[in-house]
Amino acid sequence: MSSELPDSYVPTEAEPASTVSRRTFIATATTAVVASELVSVETAGAEAAGAAEAPLSGRVSLTVNGERHAAVIDNRTSLLDLLRERFGLTGTKKGCDAGACGACTVLVGGRRVNACLTLAVRLEGAEVTTIEGLAPGEGDELHPLQEAFVEQDAFQCGYCTPGQIMSGIGCIREGHAGSPEEIREWMSGNICRCGCYVKIVRAVEQAARRT
Amino acid sequence: MHPFSYTKVSDLEGALAAGRRGGRYIAGGTTLVDLMRESVERPGALVDISALPLGEVSATAGGGLRIGALVSMAEAAADPKVRATFPVVSQALELSASAQLRNMATIGGNIMQRTRCAYFRDVTAACNKREPGSGCAALEGFNRGHAILGGSDQCVATHPSDVAVAFAALEASVHLRGPDGERSVAFADFLLRPGGTPDREQGLRPGELITAVELPAPPRPLRSGYLKVRDRQSYEFALTSAAVALHVKGGVIREAKVAAGGVGTVPWKLPAVERHLIGERPSEALWTEAAERAAEGARPLEHNGFKVELLKRTVERQLRIVGGTE
Repeated sequence: MSSELPDSYVPTEAEPASTVSRRTFIATATTAVVASELVSVETAGAEAAGAAEAPLSGRVSLTVNGERHAAVIDNRTSLLDLLRERFGLTGTKKGCDAGACGACTVLVGGRRVNACLTLAVRLEGAEVTTIEGLAPGEGDELHPLQEAFVEQDAFQCGYCTPGQIMSGIGCIREGHAGSPEEIREWMSGNICRCGCYVKIVRAVEQAARRT
Repeated sequence: MHPFSYTKVSDLEGALAAGRRGGRYIAGGTTLVDLMRESVERPGALVDISALPLGEVSATAGGGLRIGALVSMAEAAADPKVRATFPVVSQALELSASAQLRNMATIGGNIMQRTRCAYFRDVTAACNKREPGSGCAALEGFNRGHAILGGSDQCVATHPSDVAVAFAALEASVHLRGPDGERSVAFADFLLRPGGTPDREQGLRPGELITAVELPAPPRPLRSGYLKVRDRQSYEFALTSAAVALHVKGGVIREAKVAAGGVGTVPWKLPAVERHLIGERPSEALWTEAAERAAEGARPLEHNGFKVELLKRTVERQLRIVGGTE
């Protein structure tokens, strides 16, 4: 699956992923298989680097879920890949990687955006909130919208759920959760292939009433 | 994605200097990053202009509005001045893209987005816009969504923007800053039809930067609105759309501004419809007669012939919604 080897992800030894997870292991294992492809990509990069005036990578420092992070990244790195591959925050999902499905929705500066279309190098000083940063405490307590998704059974496979919840928070904050019709329209950037839309709308409605 | 250098500029002078050196401006980046990932766009240097002071909506001396190039689509749609004066603009914006994309994308970027079709995005297909001289896969391919107006034998891709249709109807102007100073271009001259150079979509000079879109002072009262017809109810490009603004006084239509989207290689102004309305009294028959003129000059392709009738009906319905019958 292409999401295992995003082309904007350039690993460096100085900044390993913060946890060694199952998916990190798989990604590493897959790298060996497609090593020849990676070589050609890097060669192309080196040629362009010689021609360019400015560097093709840079340092970015930003706050994610209240925690300050800094990383040296290839300019091509998306916020989505930075979160998943470098910070180990895999709650944010990669669906289409083209801004069409909403699975990667996070809050930047309090506003919902598609992390796949956000170049991480542009986020110097930004405040990012992901699904991992929603619940208020250390315990089992959930954000009211997370609770509503559980209570309304608003998912089947769950892959789109983090994006739905982050988008739902934006929808409520923006004041567009006044009716099921309004929620449907203002949540239309989030696709659910299991078709749980009716319950997703109910969950957003429930949380909007309680917040 | 091809490698690129990245610079963030803090003032207009810095932006123009970077633009002169061949840097590509990036604002919201929603289309540009997407097309870069597909290797359709391959800029060697990105110039981040998001910190420039172009983020205000302000009233002009004459009673029009000036929307800064970096105002996001969401901010423009929610702006009380825009909503009160030009509902057609806020409606067009809110019917565009998704809430996430509207939070990211800007007004300047919206009118800079590439005119595109699936073949443009597919680097294995012939596309004169992406690769001049390579041919057009859409002409003989699947062209259901393509343009019936303004196409050429080089390109028939539809202009994707909704708010640009409202801008075209309202006869907006685009303010530009370039190495040679400031200038202003009529919206009708800003977006270019493909002709023999489909790779060129905007009437911009090298290094020029959009600073604002200005909507001229409206006659009062002005009623306006936007109707979008599409394959699904939300988050989809238009098959057809209509932007309508009517100034009715003493029971007579004094001014009419009408443009269509989803049908042209650029937002398609409908002067024949406008002429038919001016001086007349609103009536059911008038809306039908005027809308009959909406598809004049249409040249449908193999799969998009339905757009001819759909366009007329879309315009008719929106004339009725905005104008009512008195």
